[in-house]
Amino acid sequence: MARAVTNNRKILNTVAAWTIGILIFFPILWTFLTSFKTEATAIADPPVVLFFDWTLQNYTDVMERSNYGLFLWNSIFIAGGSTLLGLIIAIPAAWSMAFVPSRRTKDILLWMLSTKMLPAVGVLYPIYLIFIKLGLLDTKFGLTIVLMLINLPIIVWMLYTYFREIPGEILEASRMDGASLKDELLYVLTPMAVPGIASTLLLNFILAWNEAFWTLNLTAAKAAPLTAFIASYSSPEGLFYAKLSAASTMAIAPILIMGWFSQKQLVRGLTFGAVK
Amino acid sequence: MATQSSRSAARFMLAPAVILLLGWMLVPLSMTLYFSFKRFLPLRGGDQGWVGFENYVRFVTSSAFWPSVLTTLIIVGGVLIITIGLGIWLAMLLDQPMWGQGIVRILVIAPFFVMPTVSALVWKNMFMDPVNGLFAHIWKFFGAAPVEWLSQASLPSLIIIVSWQWLPFATLILLTAIQSLDSSQLEASEMDGAPFHARFIYIILPHLGRAITIVLLIQTIFLLGIFAEIFVTTGGAFGTRTLTYLIYQRVLESQNVGLGSAGGIYAVILANIIAIFLMRIVGKNLDA
Repeated sequence: MARAVTNNRKILNTVAAWTIGILIFFPILWTFLTSFKTEATAIADPPVVLFFDWTLQNYTDVMERSNYGLFLWNSIFIAGGSTLLGLIIAIPAAWSMAFVPSRRTKDILLWMLSTKMLPAVGVLYPIYLIFIKLGLLDTKFGLTIVLMLINLPIIVWMLYTYFREIPGEILEASRMDGASLKDELLYVLTPMAVPGIASTLLLNFILAWNEAFWTLNLTAAKAAPLTAFIASYSSPEGLFYAKLSAASTMAIAPILIMGWFSQKQLVRGLTFGAVK
Repeated sequence: MATQSSRSAARFMLAPAVILLLGWMLVPLSMTLYFSFKRFLPLRGGDQGWVGFENYVRFVTSSAFWPSVLTTLIIVGGVLIITIGLGIWLAMLLDQPMWGQGIVRILVIAPFFVMPTVSALVWKNMFMDPVNGLFAHIWKFFGAAPVEWLSQASLPSLIIIVSWQWLPFATLILLTAIQSLDSSQLEASEMDGAPFHARFIYIILPHLGRAITIVLLIQTIFLLGIFAEIFVTTGGAFGTRTLTYLIYQRVLESQNVGLGSAGGIYAVILANIIAIFLMRIVGKNLDA
């Protein structure tokens, strides 16, 4: 944007944008603030915004009473496991489609995308049944597999669009210079592919962390991740605002920070490369 | 550069992903199809034989069906209108020169990273609760009677919650599209004296066309499947039972698997109709 703009116009834009930005962010900010209040202050009328006795009591309460650590570990295990497993399967697939495309590559890619469109509720009972039969219900392993499968199309797609941007000429050039296949993979391709793989990893970790259909329906006490833990807070009015806020803050803070780093990749990943 | 051996190596590398996804798609889907033609009540007598299309007929003739279709349409339509409408406006605003643009961007996209159960519960309790919610405090401050959001205005409440979650997505994609607009075109039209609305209708909107379509299709697919937001706020009560939620209740709550499976097949068909349009656009992009 190289257009000359008057300072007045710029001030107006700034004020409008910041107002909207803060308004949209407000529920998160409010949750964050409430997490440091006592339960009584949390429901005070008129609401107290900043000037209250800040306390960490809610955080210690949530940690002690609810076995928060277990849910956190489950979330990390399931989101991390499904992402890594997905990458291991998707990297060779995306690689081969990007560098050795065939006539059917496009069809395969689109078909993979179509599996992502399958409504989860349409296959809920079969999955439930299979899980019971295989003893996978309420296990981290079972959920890891399911989340890996639902995110696999996105992982393949993202990697494919990144890999396709690696120019093939570079490979030919390195070959002419006498690079062996090993050198080619290790010193030429890998360094160019790492940024794409990293952003794919980041986005899919976020998606798996926040997934809230299978995590709610396929887990109980043992393998429940944070999504299910928070859902257990849909309890009686007013009593637990501060604790709910503390639990929520802990559940979303790490992802929020990761998300801010991945905002560019988000567009590419979620539109399957159709908008970059 | 592809030789015969590299081709077969490529096939070998592709195989695990294809086989896994094929299994993930075919196995459960054919089971759903199988159940949908059976009278199957796991807790009340189990498998009671084939019933042909009875489940399909019963699913659409039950008194809960049409209200659930209407609810689905209102929620999906409402969220689409709000997120795309506000998203275009917000994207145009964020594209303007200002101070602290990066920070505003971060603030605006934040809701997208909040897990659905958290956003639903935070809105339900801390904002929409008729006694202790922030909205109730505000209403009382102005001397109005607090609204029981999730029971009296259940659909608008859900639309607000879900729109809040999806506005960042729409904004971010539309902003990306706007930033690729050649600004010299806008400058030229500005110099020629074209008023803002003319520039908007004839230059900006056509340029955004593709991005808007993509947002529309992707959001529709995700919105048809919203679950957690209803699960933790109303549990499907107060007229918030969408098609997805109705199927969920048939299958897991009332354990009528045959009936629920027939509903599931309807949902699959519906999603596929929308998916076809999305795939066309994405497919075109692959050739480019």
